[in-house]
Amino acid sequence: MADPAVDSDEESRISEGDYVVLKRADVYKSVQIEKRKKVIFEKQWLFMDNAIGELYGSTFEVDGGGKLTLRKPNNTEDPTDTKGAGLDNRHIVDDGKSQKLTRDDIESLKEQGLKGQEIIQQLIDNSTTFRDKTEFAQEKYIKKKKKKYESKITVLKPTSRILAMMYHGREPGKVCHLRYDTLAQMLTMGNIHAGSKIIVFETCAGLVLGSVMERMGGHGSVIQLYPGGGPVRAGMESFGFPSHFHNTLHEFPLCKVNALLSGTLNVDEKDMDSQSNGRSDEQCSSSQVSTGEGDESSSEPQKMEVSADPAEAKKKEDREKSREQKRVRMEEKRKRLAAAAALLEGRNADGLVIASRFHPCPVLLGLLKFVAPSRPFVVYCQYREPLIECYTKLREQGGAVSLRLTDSWLRHYQVLPNRTHPVLLMSGGGGYLLSGITVSADAAATSGAQQKSGEPAAKRIKLDEIKSTSDSSA
Amino acid sequence: MSFVEYSEFIQEGDVVIIFLGHDSMMPIKVEAGAQTQTRYGAIRHSSDLIGRRFGSKVTCSKGGWVYVLHPTPELWTVNLPHRTQILYTTDIANITLMLDLKPGSIVCESGTGSGSLSHAILRTIAPSGHLYTVEFHAQRAEKAAQEFKEHKVAHLVTVRNQDVCKEGFGVVGVADAVFLDIPSPWEAVTHAKKAFKRKGGRLCSFSPCIEQVQRTCEALLEQGFEEICTLEVLQRVHDVRSVTLPLPDFGPEDGGAESAKMASEEVSSAANSGHPSVTCRTATAPREMAGHTGYLTFATKPRG
Repeated sequence: MADPAVDSDEESRISEGDYVVLKRADVYKSVQIEKRKKVIFEKQWLFMDNAIGELYGSTFEVDGGGKLTLRKPNNTEDPTDTKGAGLDNRHIVDDGKSQKLTRDDIESLKEQGLKGQEIIQQLIDNSTTFRDKTEFAQEKYIKKKKKKYESKITVLKPTSRILAMMYHGREPGKVCHLRYDTLAQMLTMGNIHAGSKIIVFETCAGLVLGSVMERMGGHGSVIQLYPGGGPVRAGMESFGFPSHFHNTLHEFPLCKVNALLSGTLNVDEKDMDSQSNGRSDEQCSSSQVSTGEGDESSSEPQKMEVSADPAEAKKKEDREKSREQKRVRMEEKRKRLAAAAALLEGRNADGLVIASRFHPCPVLLGLLKFVAPSRPFVVYCQYREPLIECYTKLREQGGAVSLRLTDSWLRHYQVLPNRTHPVLLMSGGGGYLLSGITVSADAAATSGAQQKSGEPAAKRIKLDEIKSTSDSSA
Repeated sequence: MSFVEYSEFIQEGDVVIIFLGHDSMMPIKVEAGAQTQTRYGAIRHSSDLIGRRFGSKVTCSKGGWVYVLHPTPELWTVNLPHRTQILYTTDIANITLMLDLKPGSIVCESGTGSGSLSHAILRTIAPSGHLYTVEFHAQRAEKAAQEFKEHKVAHLVTVRNQDVCKEGFGVVGVADAVFLDIPSPWEAVTHAKKAFKRKGGRLCSFSPCIEQVQRTCEALLEQGFEEICTLEVLQRVHDVRSVTLPLPDFGPEDGGAESAKMASEEVSSAANSGHPSVTCRTATAPREMAGHTGYLTFATKPRG
């Protein structure tokens, strides 16, 4: 493993079909590499064709036609001509006339196919105030213009870090406003690691699922519980995991949890199963954006009705075929359901991770039953109050210790010579977490009174003094 | 038990965490015939621990009870014997995510210190990754190596007793990630650079002071590191409790007395004093909390 020769480039080349992340400045976008496919990124058309065969981490320049050209790593830093600088801004007047180039001029420069760097140089040369600006202000000006006119795009291999930052930046609503530092806490508090059996319930587009799978590295098993007709996995797909990772992933519908717990779940009888499946799809799908797996039944029947007379025989054949395919799929689905049920039935999962838009309380109390004692669990919620309720219910019910309700605070810094300070804009909130550890819930000894008697008198008094509390949250 | 693999039952030689109550825990090493004193009385390892299931309730000699928990890096972090200042879970979580750690990652770390971060790294990179950790303090290096052995993770880690600023990590061209928690990280940047795989990787430096960050960032920039980013994360623990707020008395109200009474009844009037009050379940922020641990500076080492 310590042999540098193994560090070959082959595995780090971009190939067709790969899931990659495009990066421009601090903006990310996840795409799948396809030939001759238009991708829109940061108000720009591009074609990924030229990225194929290049190495991950390569930076490309985008030309007018959306074609990528590889940037050589050496000429990345470009000396911009500045010639002199002012000391302060006492003589700089904002008359709106400092830039001699008009909007039309700039447009025509662009149309001439000038490189971003050349346009910036033109802007500098035609700015009357540039030379009077302080060195810092000049740097800031150039940085701003670079952001606008230079279109450098880097192609990265997806990781939870990158995808979590991407979702939080682009589509926070899709991930219940889960911020990346909060996701980091979840993975660590949940002790997610290779070889475990983890239950995941999420409505974060599959980001949390993917992050859990990344930490498991294809070892162990993940059981995704899903609401509605099928699991949402777009975020997980964006990780581009190798196929053996998918063998460790199972799914189980939330609406069958009660049946599983009461032992009335029947996974053997085909008809029963397909029927109830259809029913549950209808029941649950109102709240659910449909996804690949769940809706095979909806598209097929329509196709059959539309077709007309002439090729009757062929149609019949097709119908037969599609029915056969459907049967195979149903059988496949039934097998997967049975496998997931078997994994859950052991009630010995090594962890539970919840991050959804549903009220966390029933989800937590229901799913915790599948977790072995002495295992961590972690629940994310965008809001604090539902987690307070979870906390209270768990305390009453017992079966969990070390309950903690937390949130985290994240601040970025600009670190530059003589200009170091916190970044002006920070995220207001990254959601809340309730975490704890399961313990065996033997019925006898979990009442509040006994818990109190187990607490040493001296410590209670001290605690009460410190917190001047009325409530015994110990 | 191992820090990288769960097991169901407690065995001799295991490290277990005794959960005594709210935020009160102790780690013990299970040995046949041994006893551990707690404030609830003694725990006899042979009868109370060995063969029992992790997570079960153990009654001590004085009649009190405790829970025995399976060790995790997070529980170890709050229970380990301090030989140095340590990194806590909040920072560790972010370091792990931002360094892209996962099973199979090769990581270089310095200094090892008390091994708080090391255990978390080992958990994440197992079963196929490796940690090369460097500690210049001979006694600490030795103690850490001994702990890794006791915790059954020694196969995943190499501990070196040397000065990372002068001698580097002892490996070249192997790392996916490098972590620095030393007083002068800028002196180790060139060694860090050499430790990376050819295709590059991620670096993190932890420093309490902004001047250290400044120098580190300059060194990173000079050495061609990219995506340099400094951040700080703090965790707030909220105390869930019921609070009772008394309702103010505006005196008797003409004609409206009935409705006022209704309202206060809905709200619940306090049992003993007779004064109307509202009780609500809330979570309060801590009166005092850790306000600063350190700045985390991350960077990408590009290919080359």
